[in-house]
Amino acid sequence: MKPAAFTYHRARSVSGAVGLLAELGDDAKVIAGGQSLVAMMNFRLARPEHLIDIARIPGLDTIVREGDALRVGALVTHHAVETADLGPDFRVLSEAMRWVGHLPIRTRGTVGGSIAHADATAEWCLLAVLLDARIVVEGPAGRRSIPAEEFFQGVFTTALEPDELIVEVEFPRPAPRATLTEFAERQGDFAIVAAAVDPDAPRVVLGGVAQVPLRVPAAEAVLAAGVAVAEVGEAAAAAIDVRDEPGASAHYRRALTRTLVTRACEEARTR
Amino acid sequence: MSEIQLVELTVNGERHDLAIEPRRTLVDVLRHDIGLTGTHVGCEHGICGACTVLVDGAPVRACLVFAAQVEDADIRTVESLAEPDGTLSDLQREFSAHHGLQCGFCTPGFLMLAEGFLAERPDATKEEIREVVASNLCRCTGYQTIVEAVDACAARRRSG
Amino acid sequence: MTREPRFDRTGRWVGASVPRREDPRLLAGRGRFVDDIALPRMLHAQFVRSTIAHGRIVAVDLGEVRAVPGVVAAFTAADLALGDITALLDRPPHEFVPTAMPVLALEKVRYVGEPVAIVVATDPYAAEDGVEAAVVEYEDLDPVVTDTAALADGAPLVHAEAPRNTLVDVSLFATEGIDDVFAQAPCVVRVRTKTGRQNALPLETRGVVAAWDDRDEQLHVQTNTQVPHQVRTVLAGCVGLHEKQVRVTVPDMGGGFGQKCVVGREEIATAAAALRLRRPVKWIEDRRDALTAAFLAREQRYDVRAAFDAEGRILGLDADVVCDMGAYSCYPFTAGIEPLMASAEMPSVYQVPAYRVRGRAVTTNKAPTAPYRGVSRPQYVMVVERLMERAARELGIDPVEIRRRNLITVFPYTGVNRITYDPGSYRESLDLCEQVLHDEGWYDVRARAVREGRVIGIGYSCFSERTGYGSGAFAQRKMQVVPGFDISEIRMDVSGTVSVTTGTMSHGQSHETTMAQIVADRLGLDIARIKIVQGDTDRITYGWGSFASRSITIGGSAVAAASGKLGEQLREIAAHLLDADVDATELDGDGGVRLRDDPARRLSFAELADVAYLRAHLLPKGIGPGLTASASFDVAGDGTFSNATHGVVVELDPGTGGVQILRYVCVEDCGVAIHPQVVEGQCRGGIAQGIAGALFEQVTYDDAGQPLAPSLMEYKVPTAAEIPDVAIHHLETPCAFTANGAKGAGEGGTIGAPAAVLNAVNDALRDTGVELDDTPIARETVHRALESALENAHV
Ligand SMILES: Cc1cc2nc3c(=O)[nH]c(=O)nc-3n(C[C@H](O)[C@H](O)[C@H](O)COP(=O)(O)OP(=O)(O)OC[C@H]3O[C@@H](n4cnc5c(N)ncnc54)[C@H](O)[C@@H]3O)c2cc1C
Ligand code: FES
Ligand code: FES
Repeated sequence: MKPAAFTYHRARSVSGAVGLLAELGDDAKVIAGGQSLVAMMNFRLARPEHLIDIARIPGLDTIVREGDALRVGALVTHHAVETADLGPDFRVLSEAMRWVGHLPIRTRGTVGGSIAHADATAEWCLLAVLLDARIVVEGPAGRRSIPAEEFFQGVFTTALEPDELIVEVEFPRPAPRATLTEFAERQGDFAIVAAAVDPDAPRVVLGGVAQVPLRVPAAEAVLAAGVAVAEVGEAAAAAIDVRDEPGASAHYRRALTRTLVTRACEEARTR
Repeated sequence: MSEIQLVELTVNGERHDLAIEPRRTLVDVLRHDIGLTGTHVGCEHGICGACTVLVDGAPVRACLVFAAQVEDADIRTVESLAEPDGTLSDLQREFSAHHGLQCGFCTPGFLMLAEGFLAERPDATKEEIREVVASNLCRCTGYQTIVEAVDACAARRRSG
Repeated sequence: MTREPRFDRTGRWVGASVPRREDPRLLAGRGRFVDDIALPRMLHAQFVRSTIAHGRIVAVDLGEVRAVPGVVAAFTAADLALGDITALLDRPPHEFVPTAMPVLALEKVRYVGEPVAIVVATDPYAAEDGVEAAVVEYEDLDPVVTDTAALADGAPLVHAEAPRNTLVDVSLFATEGIDDVFAQAPCVVRVRTKTGRQNALPLETRGVVAAWDDRDEQLHVQTNTQVPHQVRTVLAGCVGLHEKQVRVTVPDMGGGFGQKCVVGREEIATAAAALRLRRPVKWIEDRRDALTAAFLAREQRYDVRAAFDAEGRILGLDADVVCDMGAYSCYPFTAGIEPLMASAEMPSVYQVPAYRVRGRAVTTNKAPTAPYRGVSRPQYVMVVERLMERAARELGIDPVEIRRRNLITVFPYTGVNRITYDPGSYRESLDLCEQVLHDEGWYDVRARAVREGRVIGIGYSCFSERTGYGSGAFAQRKMQVVPGFDISEIRMDVSGTVSVTTGTMSHGQSHETTMAQIVADRLGLDIARIKIVQGDTDRITYGWGSFASRSITIGGSAVAAASGKLGEQLREIAAHLLDADVDATELDGDGGVRLRDDPARRLSFAELADVAYLRAHLLPKGIGPGLTASASFDVAGDGTFSNATHGVVVELDPGTGGVQILRYVCVEDCGVAIHPQVVEGQCRGGIAQGIAGALFEQVTYDDAGQPLAPSLMEYKVPTAAEIPDVAIHHLETPCAFTANGAKGAGEGGTIGAPAAVLNAVNDALRDTGVELDDTPIARETVHRALESALENAHV
């Protein structure tokens, strides 16, 4: 389990990184915290010939409150968010971090890396869709900002072009009552099913039941109606389209969805 | 074999100039290029935690970091804990007193995990300690005595 | 609650939880594990492994491999021409079919991950580059992936010589009239269960450093094995050296749990490469290989019936056991290890008057198996404990009470399986365990739970664990290589300090401390002056290593006996020098010999050693120079049985099927605990592994035999968040024939946990009509059980 050989590049600026990406093409990959990428490289499931280390690009590791919005730099680590004082408006971000792997993963793994990696059960991906985040990316043609729902396109695939870099994730509105909960057999594992709700938006987002973090409008409508929380869970369970897979049947995923959405709503109501 | 890169690492306060392939992970460089074999390898995919070291004070999986990424960071390994004359640190002594190690293979990882965590959270409760101890795997102890050792160390440090 | 020890302890070391002597170096990161070893000009090996489960090797092309930068050599089986590894039982052909395990696959591959070629390079990265460049052409054969497929009519054969893919098939005991017993019994219950394949998963993977030493004219193999002498024998045979030309030493070991108590093919191949290249070669198994290609264990299927009378007394057991041993027989135990253990010992702690068992080992296209901590006992104990609970339910008897009615209480007890059980505290441990859970209020919690809408259950397991299998006990298994005894040699040096050899091999069990405690008491010498020597075939005459909880019982007894002999020598010399009768002398407990009636007249060991070595002319007639002694120990009878009761409280989450252990109580009796803290450590660690088997871990394959759990993401070793604290209570029934009254303590935790957890889960499910017998218990299965009960309640 040793990675294949590569050439190491250290980017000093966003434009430098983007330039390298454009120049080196498909053989190049960005490395941020490396907590997904290095594991895949050790299994030789990823074998970039060039690795562009963006970790030292200045200015990408800040969390800034701007009016209603919170702008989280791509290089901000999970642990930095976990320990940041984001106030009641964005506490869901800090709280959700305890579900991301374990402390030594969180000290290096980054927000930008999680979003770019686009695991459909990753907490950051759920949170981005839950809070209508905009993913700010920069490429040779300059910056653009992509709504989270459009950003995630399929299994580990996103709207990011190969020569683009995520520079920031912008959370446009406070979500003081938003919550996230999930279920796995073992602490720190990726969830079998994860559920996030924001009663104020309203939003119901699921991880583990589709190829991307999934918004469930049918459940959002029930949530907006302010009826019993169990009905929101029921609506979410009824709305999803899941198949039997080794380790978890469709029926079970639906049941977990029902339970977790209900519990997330219960938690939200206490706020 | 690919090209060789010059990498400068600071480990336990000591500087090392290395000419290595960039694909070498930090844990392999610590163990095999620098000769600090106290840090162990148990999985090379981030789950077991046997390779946990401190990078700028924070516990990190040394198998998921390339040495080239952590130039001019302050890296600390298990070898930094005891005094040069071999006197064990308070944390190490608690591990021994509570029988928090059997084969000892996981131990350096747990020590560095706890060292980094307690530095940031000296007031951690036992439940919080348990949650952090859950970051690493131990196949021998059943964890209880590791949790107890870390908790006892934290308590002792708090009481001065 | 600890009962007052009944055993007469004369010394101050045995029984004390002294600081472990292993700790300082391990804590400081100064241990020496196999991957810490670096030798000049050392090379690194990795293996080209089969990518298919079953096939004929058509061609192996290593041309490209040898061209990879950094690769120094690459060898196939044909290049190295090594002998096979073959483990044998002395049983007739209808009971046992011998099969050979080649060091590298030659004609056929039989599992994904089977080594086909070895690549040797200047560093492990380049070795892996080399492995990627290998081209192996296979002709696919249909794989046999499950035990049922293996036994099916017309199944493809994993080994041509083994019809019906059956390596071992024994029918034992068959008490006369057993069919009538079942026909007439008022209550017959049945358990059919399948237990998941597991990986013992020592945190340190397997590894070896081998180097030919021209000066010693020896191949020096440093390997993390539990059985160094057996590795030497097999290695010498495979590469064609005399045993004296092979030295096996064992560095610090990061656990083993049985996975390292068999001879590995990779350690032989690596040594052969070192021999061929005349350069040191290291192989360190990576975790993917450790999860897919290392020795596995525990995949068994049981169909067992038990007959009871109306009062809940067991009348008979009728069992069929099929163990899926994977592709090969392991050395030295053979594929018989699991079925023979289960067949011999299934009656467990109960007075079973009639017994019949058929035990089979089938071969499949999966990685082979080795003994894993507990060996079959976690499984059959689970089956027997489920049978007890099921009968209790059928007969309306309390599950603890039904056990009480059946436990062996009069010792020694010779069972229907012809094994004689030495005294234990079977009944007492159960009573105490139940009492603890009552006193702690868990029965109230369970009662309240129903009202509170919580789902809580309590479960127990009672079991004993045979420890200290002597040669006689292993011979009953009809192994052709019969482990059992141990030899210890003790040597006192000029300064009066001693080094003591043991043929056992600590890999986490603290023998450097506990063996030294035994010596310390025998000689009356501070443990700081005692060095334990293990894991070196040049320094140790012969040993069987560490497995089957044999180390303290057998190895410790040998160490004690050798120490005793040295003590006699010291007294003889002292008597002569003090001009007294030997009978008038005694060891003074403080590193010297004194006169019993005149304690001021004393000679320290250093003074005696000074005479023995430096002024030998002063020695009494008939005593030669030097201070050495050796002794061996074997267990004549059936070994000694440790025992325990585990009590578990679980809570189930109806919303997710989640299983949380609220309380775990273990009442154990391993005779005299040499080091109580170490015993507790063994219990806790064992229980964690047992819980892992009950609730978390499983090695799975797809229909083509491809492993589905190649990483620790899928193979779910539980963490501190899942493993509960364990409250341990000790009872002490000393063993009558081991040196210190000690019984083995290495495996009990693992044996008792699955049964107790499963029973607790089933107790929690008591109102659902669902009973779960398979492990690991899937959360989805728990969820479905609770869900169906809810639905039924609503209609
Ligand atoms: C044991 C373990 C458990 C884990 N558990 C969880 C979990 O429960 N939940 C969870 O969400 N995650 C989990 N992770 C993954 C972890 O959160 C990663 O940190 C995260 O997925 C990726 O962030 P990174 O900075 O480490 O990215 P890297 O690994 O460096 O990169 C990941 C991918 O993103 C690309 N990339 C990185 N940064 C950028 C950028 N700024 N712009 C464009 N592309 C970029 C890389 O090229 C690469 O393809 C776990 C990881 C491990 C090892
Ligand atoms: S070796 Fe790094 S986490 Fe296991
Ligand atoms: S002490 Fe052996 S793995 Fe933890």
